[in-house]
Amino acid sequence: MQTLSGIPVKVVYTADDLAGLPGGGDPGTPGEYPYTRGIHPTMYRGRLWTMRQFAGFGTAEDTNRRFHYLLEQGQTGLSVAFDMPTLMGYDSDHPRALGEVGREGVAVDSLADMEVLFAGIPLDRVTTSMTINAPANVLLAMYVAMADRRGIPRDMLGGTTQTDMLKEFIAQKEWIVPPRPSLRLIQDMLVFGTRELPRWNVISISGYHIREAGSTAVQELAFTLADGIAYVEAGLAAGLDVDAFAPRLSFFFDVHNDFFEEIAKFRAARRTWARIMRERFGAKEPRSWWLRTHAQTAGVSLTAQQPLNNIARVAIQALAAVLGGTQSLHTNSMDETYALPTEEAVTVALRTQQILAHESGVRATVDPLGGSYFVEALTSSMEEAAWEYIRKIDQMGGMVAAVEAGYPQREIAEASYRFQQQVERRERIIVGVNEFGAADEPAIPILRIDPETERRQAARTRDLRASRDNARVEGSLDALRRAARDGGNTMEHVLECVKAYATLGEVCDVFRGVYGEYREPAFI
Amino acid sequence: MARAVRILLAKPGLDGHDRGVKVVARALRDAGCEVIYTGLHQTPEMIVAAAVQEDVDAIGLSILSGAHNVLFPRVTALLAEQGAAEIAVFGGGIIPEEDVPGLAEAGIRRVFCPGTSLSEIVQWVKEHIRPRGVAA
Repeated sequence: MQTLSGIPVKVVYTADDLAGLPGGGDPGTPGEYPYTRGIHPTMYRGRLWTMRQFAGFGTAEDTNRRFHYLLEQGQTGLSVAFDMPTLMGYDSDHPRALGEVGREGVAVDSLADMEVLFAGIPLDRVTTSMTINAPANVLLAMYVAMADRRGIPRDMLGGTTQTDMLKEFIAQKEWIVPPRPSLRLIQDMLVFGTRELPRWNVISISGYHIREAGSTAVQELAFTLADGIAYVEAGLAAGLDVDAFAPRLSFFFDVHNDFFEEIAKFRAARRTWARIMRERFGAKEPRSWWLRTHAQTAGVSLTAQQPLNNIARVAIQALAAVLGGTQSLHTNSMDETYALPTEEAVTVALRTQQILAHESGVRATVDPLGGSYFVEALTSSMEEAAWEYIRKIDQMGGMVAAVEAGYPQREIAEASYRFQQQVERRERIIVGVNEFGAADEPAIPILRIDPETERRQAARTRDLRASRDNARVEGSLDALRRAARDGGNTMEHVLECVKAYATLGEVCDVFRGVYGEYREPAFI
Repeated sequence: MARAVRILLAKPGLDGHDRGVKVVARALRDAGCEVIYTGLHQTPEMIVAAAVQEDVDAIGLSILSGAHNVLFPRVTALLAEQGAAEIAVFGGGIIPEEDVPGLAEAGIRRVFCPGTSLSEIVQWVKEHIRPRGVAA
């Protein structure tokens, strides 16, 4: 037998399996380097994980209503899903936005939309995560501009922008400019964030999308940490002290079906990152050694067949994330293979976390599986396999060069095809899909997006362009263009642009004009 | 001997979810088809131009963003405008069952909804797509 990643698994593990491990397999103490057992000594007794459901659809008004609903249901943090045009830096009235507006997330074209999206939400009391990458600088600027306008000090703003462009080139594939200028814009954000936003995670280094694109757990772990290395190098190259910005780097992992492998992955991730930060980068602050992470259950593992079964899958995955010591968690809804979740489906997903937190008892003890012969051996196997990949990527000249060569992309495509073939050959059983099928499946209700949304949103953005101070917009865009071309931090200029109500598309057009658009070489 | 079936697989729209289309591409190739993959973020115009230029027998479209009701019919309409309506169009992705009749009306020959197996897709292509200009 093997794990989902192909690591061989024995029938039984004994003390002999630990004896062969470095340090005799002693995982150490929670809250102490290398943090295998968790970054905090008291973990969920000190502070429960944040229940953070990713949400966004339609217009800013639609999503604002869902945010208020989720907060009323006991959710403790916000997480914004943006639509495809926003993710790619196009306004809702751009020809390329045709048919996409508000479909997979919320459309945000300008500061005006952002103000509607967060109406009635206390920015100094909730933390907000934004899944935004290529135009992360623009959305972060809008969030800061909104807080400035409300008189909320910048050092009170807590949250995360994903800003992880390397994993976009590797897996999620929403980009604007090529990898190297993308890294340059991220450096500007790191410098700005380090100076202005002490509670903001500027980059959330994300394995989630790598896994969803079909990688194994080991590839997810290794590529994510290698991306992290590239961002630390970018921060150092921008002249920052490692301990000034490393504590604000956060992570985001998938949590899939293979229960123990997933738990081991979180433990191995913490240990490996701590070693990278301390030994490779010479960080001195313990907070720089910490791998703080968000986790999300695996959308890719959900099945269209017998969708109620997905509730069970999500519960098992969520338990693995908690036993793995995550800091926050999103649980997927059972209907996500069909559409964005309905309110009922998302409520069940949130309730699953609440049951884990308040009924199961698992929050009482830190890393309860620490010392398990099997879990310790598996944690070490995953760490070793991750180091092997990291060494290979180092030899290629680091992750940016590896991405340009298409290396992680090809590794993932191969793993994904291998898995699908195993399913087709029924070497892997997926309940309801290639075994235990049902002849008659009742349909479940799904969320429909009103096709009028696109027309309304596009009209709103056209009206905005007609009513704002266009001389101020042009002036701020010109200043940004000069900074992008000649060097100098672009963030203050982006902030000026959004305050003048320049649109997302207009700001991103500046970057497209200066750096060119990225085109991926198509390979199968 | 008849030549192999030529299929253009394409990702219209802005979504970057390409795990599915790549897996399908490999499966069709393993089944003996000639597969051309456009890459991501294609407009309907780009897809139709590529299909005509490559002289394909069929186009397979993959969308996971929900834009299928707008973008799939646009591809068939453009093919008709260019006098290339004999190129068969099929598609798949996050497409609810209830959208299928509308897409069929727009000339989409087959829609593969969530949960479709690779063998179902390969089987359908083998049965329904013939090299153009060769008697079926």
